[in-house]
Amino acid sequence: MTATSLSQEGRTFDPLSLLMRLTRNYMLRRIFIAFAKIFIVVTITFFIVRLMPSNPVETYIAELMDQYGYSYEEARDEASALFNLDLEQPLWEQYVQYMKNLARGDLGTSYRSRGTKVSALIARFLPWTLFSVGTALLISFSLGMLLGMIMAYRRGSILDHTLTSLASIVSAIPNYLIAMMILVFLGVQWKIFPITKMRGAYSPGMKPSFSLAFIKDIFFHATLPIITYVLTTVGGWMLAMKSSTISTLGEDYVTVAEARGLPERRIITSYVGRNASLPLITQLAISIGFVVGGSTLIEFIFVYQGIGQLLLSSINARDYPVMQGVFLIITIAVILANFLADFVYGWLDPRIRTS
Amino acid sequence: MSTVRSIWRMMTLNKVGFLGLLGVLFFVLMSFVGPYFVPLDTQTKVDKIYQPPSWEFWLGTDSEGRDIFSQIVHGGREVLMVAFLAGIMSTGIAVTLGALSALAGGWVDSAIMGLADIVLTIPHFPLLAVLAGLIKLENYVLLAFILAVLAWPSLARAIRAQVLSLRERDFVEAARALDLGTRHIILREILPNMVSYIVINLIFAMTSAIYAQVGLVFLGLVPFSGKNWGVMLSLAWTRGAIFYKNSIWYIMSPVAAIALFQLSLVSLTRLLEEIFNPRLRTSV
Repeated sequence: MTATSLSQEGRTFDPLSLLMRLTRNYMLRRIFIAFAKIFIVVTITFFIVRLMPSNPVETYIAELMDQYGYSYEEARDEASALFNLDLEQPLWEQYVQYMKNLARGDLGTSYRSRGTKVSALIARFLPWTLFSVGTALLISFSLGMLLGMIMAYRRGSILDHTLTSLASIVSAIPNYLIAMMILVFLGVQWKIFPITKMRGAYSPGMKPSFSLAFIKDIFFHATLPIITYVLTTVGGWMLAMKSSTISTLGEDYVTVAEARGLPERRIITSYVGRNASLPLITQLAISIGFVVGGSTLIEFIFVYQGIGQLLLSSINARDYPVMQGVFLIITIAVILANFLADFVYGWLDPRIRTS
Repeated sequence: MSTVRSIWRMMTLNKVGFLGLLGVLFFVLMSFVGPYFVPLDTQTKVDKIYQPPSWEFWLGTDSEGRDIFSQIVHGGREVLMVAFLAGIMSTGIAVTLGALSALAGGWVDSAIMGLADIVLTIPHFPLLAVLAGLIKLENYVLLAFILAVLAWPSLARAIRAQVLSLRERDFVEAARALDLGTRHIILREILPNMVSYIVINLIFAMTSAIYAQVGLVFLGLVPFSGKNWGVMLSLAWTRGAIFYKNSIWYIMSPVAAIALFQLSLVSLTRLLEEIFNPRLRTSV
């Protein structure tokens, strides 16, 4: 900012330049983009659901009229109460009402389980998915980073070749097929895992608490989903870390560090490791979306009560408010996770902050 | 003689990739030509349920005594058709939008890239599941189209980057100096450099199309109207085939078929990478 703009013109307050000034800051820009994405997705979801040929609201009204003999007004009032929208108003006003509800955290009421709020259902199922996916991503990321670095340092060795082949093979196969193979081979045929006892998020009869027994139990039940997520994502991390480490090893500052005679361990962790991990953070964002999306199938296969199962059961039961709410939450979670990854990246890489 | 030479070339360029090529050819032939030679076994034989592989039934029998091998042979066609259609459509959309975005610039560029960003952020499978719940996805072309609409952003971004960089390169400038016209520039100078991206992305679009459609059919969200591998998986699952020791062939055959086909496709990309990028080749 030059002296002239400060003294003579004063600060301009028109929205456009304010926006431009705001967007110069990396962090604020990412926050703004995240909110914009959430807003767009919410809008698209609302209009898709309402403008689809078999519009669920209209279908529900028709159903009420056919099966229960309601008149149109009565059916419409019933639908309004259920979907928490005033259907007499034009679509635009319904949209505004929907957004207002959303801001208050009101996602409507379930159609199948009358009286249960959608947000309550989601609150019951979401933590399990977050738990299993989060743990798996943590394990997969750390393992991938470690193995990738080892592969880079021992490039061309048998270990390197084997791991690369394994990683390529496992990442090419769809993750639900791997889940099925685990179930069939490890569970049924070779009986390594007692799969019938591992269904559900925790054993029946156990009360959620912070006791060690309960924590051990939830890990026990989440074992197979976590193994599947880890197996299917670790390959990508390994290969990315390997190529990133290889290029970092060629950098000047590493050569200087070695020339200065710094201990090997210090070079590996502080110089190579830190810089090689940076590109992986961006891949973390892509991974999160993929794993959360795949959780729908994997939770189905392992009968794990997470948000994926809720989505599936609501689709099969044509429970539209829940369907819409769950899809929204899944997408918002992915957007937030991406934003977090961006944030971490900006925090770790000072060059981004000052650009 | 030269075809033999070029096949030998491909084989030595990348052994894994060549295996992938063979795999893909095998599955394509099996799925499109095989049905004429291997009739679909629809006879219920109650005394031959869940038999292991034998000379009579190459892959064993299913829950109704029907031959699994014939089902596998007939099951690939729909899967491959949808995958191929989805791949072609997504490539078409991606090339058009990507090139348009790069060449037009300005707000068109921002709008298209913003759209691409949104489509990339939304998790694909939940969206497909929800769409399947809202509309009946009976028509496979419609399914392929929806898959294509979800798959175009990544290729579009790559195309846009390529076009932007190529636009400034020497040979384009030379063509412009020679006044060869925009159409010539696009067709003869820019596109040939992007063929590698396009073909490789086509294959990856196919793999994700297979992932999505088999997943949807397995969950029973797409009303099945024919025999395909996803249907086999779904039936095997609902009939509890995973829990019996003998029925492993019924569930593992479609799993193996899908997995092997995906592997072949991915391996094929390695070979294609080497063919299209002469700079990567070690021998001339």
